[in-house]
Amino acid sequence: MSFLTYLINGLSLGSIYAIIALGYTMVYGIAKMLNFAHGDFIMVGCYIIFSVSAALSGNSVVGIIVAIILCTLLGVTTEFVAYRPLRGAASPLAVLITAIGVSYLLENIALLIYGADIKSFSSVVKWEGLSFADGQLKIQGVTIVTIVVSVVILVVLQLFINKTRQGQAMLAASEDKGAATLMGINVNRTIALTFAIGSSLAAVAGALLCSAYPSLSPYTGAMPGIKAFVAAVLGGIGSIPGAMIGGLVLGIVEILSKTYISSQLADAIVFGILVVVLLVKPTGILGKQIQEKV
Amino acid sequence: MEPILEVKNLSVYYGVIQALKGISFHVDKGEIVALIGANGAGKTTTLHTLSGLINADGGEIIYKGHELTRTPNHKIVGLGMAQVPEGRRVFAEMTVLQNLRMGAYTRKDKSEMEATIENVYRRFPRLEERKNQLAGTLSGGEQQMLAMGRALMSHPELILMDEPSMGLSPIFVNEIFSIIEDVNKDGVTVLLVEQNAKKALSIASRAYVLETGSIAKEGDAGELLNDEAIRKAYLGE
Repeated sequence: MSFLTYLINGLSLGSIYAIIALGYTMVYGIAKMLNFAHGDFIMVGCYIIFSVSAALSGNSVVGIIVAIILCTLLGVTTEFVAYRPLRGAASPLAVLITAIGVSYLLENIALLIYGADIKSFSSVVKWEGLSFADGQLKIQGVTIVTIVVSVVILVVLQLFINKTRQGQAMLAASEDKGAATLMGINVNRTIALTFAIGSSLAAVAGALLCSAYPSLSPYTGAMPGIKAFVAAVLGGIGSIPGAMIGGLVLGIVEILSKTYISSQLADAIVFGILVVVLLVKPTGILGKQIQEKV
Repeated sequence: MEPILEVKNLSVYYGVIQALKGISFHVDKGEIVALIGANGAGKTTTLHTLSGLINADGGEIIYKGHELTRTPNHKIVGLGMAQVPEGRRVFAEMTVLQNLRMGAYTRKDKSEMEATIENVYRRFPRLEERKNQLAGTLSGGEQQMLAMGRALMSHPELILMDEPSMGLSPIFVNEIFSIIEDVNKDGVTVLLVEQNAKKALSIASRAYVLETGSIAKEGDAGELLNDEAIRKAYLGE
């Protein structure tokens, strides 16, 4: 029975990684860049919820909405100011280094405003959760909400991409920007839209992450950000279902290793898996085979 | 005849190398105009500049009164100028039908779009047979048909075709060229870039010969086909 509890907790943590990984993978798919500041968007989202909830004496719903809006704006602004001018730069490293710079910038701004001490974040999910088998199996409310939210996000995203004109434009632009332009697609606007979606998902992930692990510091987003990046690569960078699978695998492995092997070794195991997967299948679980162009 | 497209003194640089050295040409409404020349002469550069995929460094491109060098590149197809790019560049991860829909991205009328898809299927029955297949799984000739069908989805008045016969078997080459003639008969003006100069000259009304970024010769396609120097340089005789 306790194994089941750990598995569900792993699923829940994995769902958070998956939501973050979706942002990484969508942005990579279309802009062909790794937005290393993505993890810090989570932290920004958490602080916004924290501040708004404090100002409104505990009303976290408004906090979440404000966080989603501001994180979306932050993502679009970052793309416009820091990344867009470097698109087509001689070296793809330029934008990567800029992203790392944005990451430090956000962490230090948070440090200036909120200080280095850890804030206690009160969960946005007030529901106690469910209890099965005479209380032997307890599932927390936040765990259930996290899993449900991630499934809803995945379904909505898939529908958006496969059924809407904008979603199809996104797919086309991620495959061939020149050909997409010939179709009349505004590629810059499509990339901005992708950043908007990814960043709003970061805010959602932040709300769930800090509700499950309620300590908030300027570095809160860093480690989950890196793990979600691992999840995206594991699932196959650029693939939306891949990000979901990668995230879930990572979360379950992390919780089970913490429980049954060693909590110190858990992260080593997680990153060890990445190394093994990349050795065996460099494109990740659902990654596309690199096509030979004739 | 009034020109639908007029290019004046167009120049393009790649870094310090001048790829187009101030070329001028025009395409009249209803014509098929061929742009022939060797590899690296600047044919694809010309088409990419017309569609705004490359910025011009000088000169003018006037299409139906619009100055295209100052038009955002994604708006050009909406003005009625479509391109079938070199190497087809279909969206390999999308189905044939999704590719066709992308071709009509700028057209918002849904019922009209369905009618256009039917038209494209009539012209290319093979695309209808394979409409739910991923474009990347099609043969080269089928991908060329898809790329042409996709361009036709935008109801172009002028269609730019870049090396439509490249890499195709002789049977497909003949089929593609007869389709280009059909499309032209239906009122679409065609600017055709080809390395297969003989084929191109045989369906075109006029032609320009590009040599290292300049127009070396121009004239009636039939005359160029019988020109001694052209025969030697481009027709392998």
